[in-house]
Amino acid sequence: MDSIKQFGQYSLLLYQALRSVTEFSTYRKNLFSEFVKIGYESIPIILLTGAFTGAVLTLQTAYQLDTELFSVTIVGSIVGQSIVIELAAVIGGLVLAGKVGARISTELGTMRVSEQIDALESMGFNSVTFLVVPRIMAGIAMFPVLYVAAATTGILGGILAGSLDGILPAAEFMQGARQFFYPEDVVFGVVKSFVFGFVITSISCFKGYYAFGGAEGVGNATTQATVMSCIYILLADFVLAAILL
Amino acid sequence: MIEIRNLTKSFGDNLIWENVSFNIEDNETIAIIGKSGSGKSVLLKHLNALLYPDSGDVLIDGECLFELSYSQLRKTRQRFGILFQGGALFDSINTFENVAFPLRYFSNQTEEEIQHNVQEALTMVNLEEAGSKATSELSGGMRKRVGLARAIILKPQYLLYDEPTSGLDPKTSEEINELILEMANSMNITSIVITHDMHSVLRIAEKVAFIDEQKLSWHGTIEEMKVSEHPPLVDFITASEYQI
Repeated sequence: MDSIKQFGQYSLLLYQALRSVTEFSTYRKNLFSEFVKIGYESIPIILLTGAFTGAVLTLQTAYQLDTELFSVTIVGSIVGQSIVIELAAVIGGLVLAGKVGARISTELGTMRVSEQIDALESMGFNSVTFLVVPRIMAGIAMFPVLYVAAATTGILGGILAGSLDGILPAAEFMQGARQFFYPEDVVFGVVKSFVFGFVITSISCFKGYYAFGGAEGVGNATTQATVMSCIYILLADFVLAAILL
Repeated sequence: MIEIRNLTKSFGDNLIWENVSFNIEDNETIAIIGKSGSGKSVLLKHLNALLYPDSGDVLIDGECLFELSYSQLRKTRQRFGILFQGGALFDSINTFENVAFPLRYFSNQTEEEIQHNVQEALTMVNLEEAGSKATSELSGGMRKRVGLARAIILKPQYLLYDEPTSGLDPKTSEEINELILEMANSMNITSIVITHDMHSVLRIAEKVAFIDEQKLSWHGTIEEMKVSEHPPLVDFITASEYQI
């Protein structure tokens, strides 16, 4: 019963947000600030995640494959495609659920329990337009950019790890990666990151916006936002794979 | 004029109060008193529809608040200023910007006019030097005064105060009381004050509404309160250790 009520509340919040998208002057300033917070400030963690994912995947793939049976370039093919189709978007999404999602739900939750959202409403603001719309829009816009950054550094990390370990020269890695590179895989990754951006920001806004019960309530909202974002990322990943692949 | 008509509110199975009815005349100062947890702040939040009742109406100059569309409600809310219990200052911006916030969005004033009006509001609350301070640097009393400056910046018709003196030392409480009186007198504002500070009530209020036992237990002028023999009200006043 509670989950039906929550779904109803979530849908209503999204409806309110959608209805007020045209009030650009209300959220313009917050939108640019969210571009910076969600996009620019997430670049270091995304580059790090992408690079290490690519590096570890390269070493493990080389370890698992018998290179006497397969050409060593196959490592580049597997790593390149895995990163573009799946890992850059999903691992990046899970990391951002922690970084971006937790920040959003804590910020809005604190504003709720300290009556800052009531203060906005009492001044005549539409608090959904002011707080929720720019966060979701910035998430949708910036996650695909972060995905491209994660995928690029993932492949670079793979090349570097293969070269430094001496198992796979950069040229052969790239030859393998190019052999199975399909542009539509990038489109698929971008679509995924777009959906994950929406999932993370909308769930986190919802949990924060309706937080209650002081510091403990904000803590609970943040935990729920992060856990639910991770679960729905995995679920959305499966659904998108079933539909688009 | 604000007319409160048969207002009933509960959260789940927990009844807060029922059938609360009284009027608030223009330009008067009314104190809504009652024990902690009696739902005073909940009642205050019904006066500009931050909360909705289970049943009943609030009429602002004859217009039912709960029947307004959201865009109409937003306009009506601009007739109110609220001083929240903790100030509810936006912690991402400094003191000056907190006060300037409503002006930047709801007025067509130039930057120069905004600077002048914000400084004037800060001066009214005796914080002319605090504009550049981060809100985290402000004491409890200063936060309330900045909250008050922000509440009056759009020159509201009604000013709602939620526990304006709670958690403050006697001297700061007195300063806040004086500010409330000054606002009421100089700006012709209707003031609605939620409090359980009887000193404050006697200092600022013209009328009193007493919430007790999930209902409006007593309602009258301050003079009537002083001679009232209504037992729960007498108990409340006595328990507050205030001698009238």
